[in-house]
Amino acid sequence: VIGRDLLGIEDLDRADIERILDTAEHMREVGRRVVKKVPTLRGRTIVNLFFESSTRTKASFEIAGKRLSADVINFSPSSSSLNKSESILDTARTLDAMDPDAVVVRHAVAGVPRQIANVLDAPVINAGDGAHEHPTQALLDLLTVRLEKGRVDGLTVAIIGDILHSRVARSNIYAFGKMGADVRIAAPPPMIPAAVETLGVKAFTNVREAIEGADVVMALRIQNERLSGTYFPSVREYSSTFGIDREKLKFAKEDAIVMHPGPVNRGVELSHDLTDHRPSVILDQVRNGVAIRMAILYLLAGRPQDGEPKLAVESGAES
Amino acid sequence: VSEGRICIRGARILDPAADRDESGDVLIEGGVIAAVGAALDASGAEVIEANGAWIAPGFVDLHTHLREPGQEYKEDIASGGRSAVAGGFSAVACMANTQPVNDDPAMTDFIIDRAKQDSPARVYPIAAATRGLEGVVMTEMSTLVEAGAVAFSDDGKTIMDGGVMRRVLEYSRLVTAPVITHAEDRYLVANGVVNEGPVSTKLGLPGNPAAAEDILVARDLTLAELTGAHLHVAHVSTRGAVEAIRQARDRGVQVTAEVTPHHLTLTDEAVLGYDTNTKVAPPLRSAADVLACREGLVDGTIDAIATDHAPHAVHEKDLEFTEAPPGMIGFETAFPVVLDLVRNGELSPLELMRRLSTNPARILKRPGGSLEVGAPADIAILDPDTSWVYDPAKGYSKSRNSPWAGQTLTGRAIATIVGGRLVYDVERGVIYP
Repeated sequence: VIGRDLLGIEDLDRADIERILDTAEHMREVGRRVVKKVPTLRGRTIVNLFFESSTRTKASFEIAGKRLSADVINFSPSSSSLNKSESILDTARTLDAMDPDAVVVRHAVAGVPRQIANVLDAPVINAGDGAHEHPTQALLDLLTVRLEKGRVDGLTVAIIGDILHSRVARSNIYAFGKMGADVRIAAPPPMIPAAVETLGVKAFTNVREAIEGADVVMALRIQNERLSGTYFPSVREYSSTFGIDREKLKFAKEDAIVMHPGPVNRGVELSHDLTDHRPSVILDQVRNGVAIRMAILYLLAGRPQDGEPKLAVESGAES
Repeated sequence: VSEGRICIRGARILDPAADRDESGDVLIEGGVIAAVGAALDASGAEVIEANGAWIAPGFVDLHTHLREPGQEYKEDIASGGRSAVAGGFSAVACMANTQPVNDDPAMTDFIIDRAKQDSPARVYPIAAATRGLEGVVMTEMSTLVEAGAVAFSDDGKTIMDGGVMRRVLEYSRLVTAPVITHAEDRYLVANGVVNEGPVSTKLGLPGNPAAAEDILVARDLTLAELTGAHLHVAHVSTRGAVEAIRQARDRGVQVTAEVTPHHLTLTDEAVLGYDTNTKVAPPLRSAADVLACREGLVDGTIDAIATDHAPHAVHEKDLEFTEAPPGMIGFETAFPVVLDLVRNGELSPLELMRRLSTNPARILKRPGGSLEVGAPADIAILDPDTSWVYDPAKGYSKSRNSPWAGQTLTGRAIATIVGGRLVYDVERGVIYP
């Protein structure tokens, strides 16, 4: 059974993950209707507490909440509490006093959702914390792969790019590993975290070796303006050595799919062609993101009182 | 009782200076130890029944931050001194990173004056090694020593310019006071806040590699050898640093070293819950590093235990892990925490007391660390068996940033005597001033 909060994939087991994915498959149907709304979370309040700017994830959570009829408010304090009179925990306590039913937290520093969950009564959903975790991204990636491949167990997944600074990488390493996939990573050596094998992955510096025989190739976004020249020599060299194009993709399985958490630096992590066309599934990932976030909000904010959520959504979805 | 006659009866007397570990009484008179032995004549004396508790020289802390002047909301000399004696410390050396910095004899005077009025513990100012801790212009060491400075250090603002460090060490030979190095290469630390390794990778927080400490310790040992000065390495935390100090000692370099209770007992896994009270500089390290520090303390490579008592206010620690200031308070937990080495059979009680009192007093060239007749009556009375729940809010520090908050600890300082005066007693609390 899923806990009170969703702070990271690390805390989930395989049964939790399957339950979330199954629930999300129901939620996908709501998005295909003309009237994209079910009454499941009517009267519930969801706060999007985004300390770090985000367009895509915030929009996805907002749409997810609204499709479930929740009242969603967006709260975006300045990114560093050093600029304010109030600490992050004071901000959280203030919000908590307004009795939200769930608080979705995004912050540039790892651990903030955990720190906030420690002082909040409401469930906390991690929408990305520094280089720690981005659990809803990993769940939507799992859902996308499951829909494409019919399974996750036994697949080979190659994650390419800035593992060191990536919360998407950590959550996906846990998520695919827990679901029985073989996870590999490849990156310029300065972007491979210390002792990364302790996360349960095999690390490569040669991107072709990492991709060899993969069912899924996932490219990560490179913060080229900040890291170029320190973690890798230049964008040009990065794109020629680690950028995924159809040439490199030949080493993967014939039916391999290509994923990216977005937004893509076109021509850097992915060739233009792969960004827009199969086998990349980038927009499916985005679409599935709404379903996953609906499932999470339903499972965590939809509880009557410390109990299991009512199953109104399934009946609503079928009516 | 003011500098009167006190007899502590029925104690286990642990005097490292005399290699003494035996049962008996201690008689104090006129602020000094008057007699040590069995069944002493206690007539006219206030009698303290020890009931088998340990009596040791009061602990001497080589490394503390008392925050006065400038950051009295975190701590001041009065509250820090009270917290010290509540942990069995009779003397503490305080780092220079106050506001303003203690880089001037007038500031050293101020600290000493304030301590005389406010603090039950003796306070020994450590002056800055360079003006404003800026790592450029050396301080007036000779004048500062005359004013009462016991050592020189820029502490956390490590002197990164090797040429400046060399000249600071050379000049320090004039005053025969140690130069204390907080040895971390600023460029390798970069924005690291947790030991680099499996834990930093799991947490997604920037790592601080052990190499940052290993490299600066190696540099400073080489410079100590070049200059013949006394280098003291603060809060050793890595296996590489311990090994480098061991080798330097073997070839005759004049080096001493300290280790903190937290680096002796906590690994980086304590950080896994993102508790900012586990953020400290240098960071909590791997189990192998902790083991190496313990071995170094046991075999004498590391001379002393020092707390690096570093108070920060609750609102400062309530920040993001990367933003919260590093440091933890340590006076009142030090004894029960390091008693782990005795419980684990690594150190005898006598040898533990040597590393808490005799050795740090020797490094600072100050009295203390001895129960010999005629020595100042600075004494800790310790119950190694009592278990208690540590609540920083009930302690004497103004701050609460401890990784041991809420934990049950075994062992406690039950009374502290400074200069023959009972200043702390676990029942009554801090008695004086």
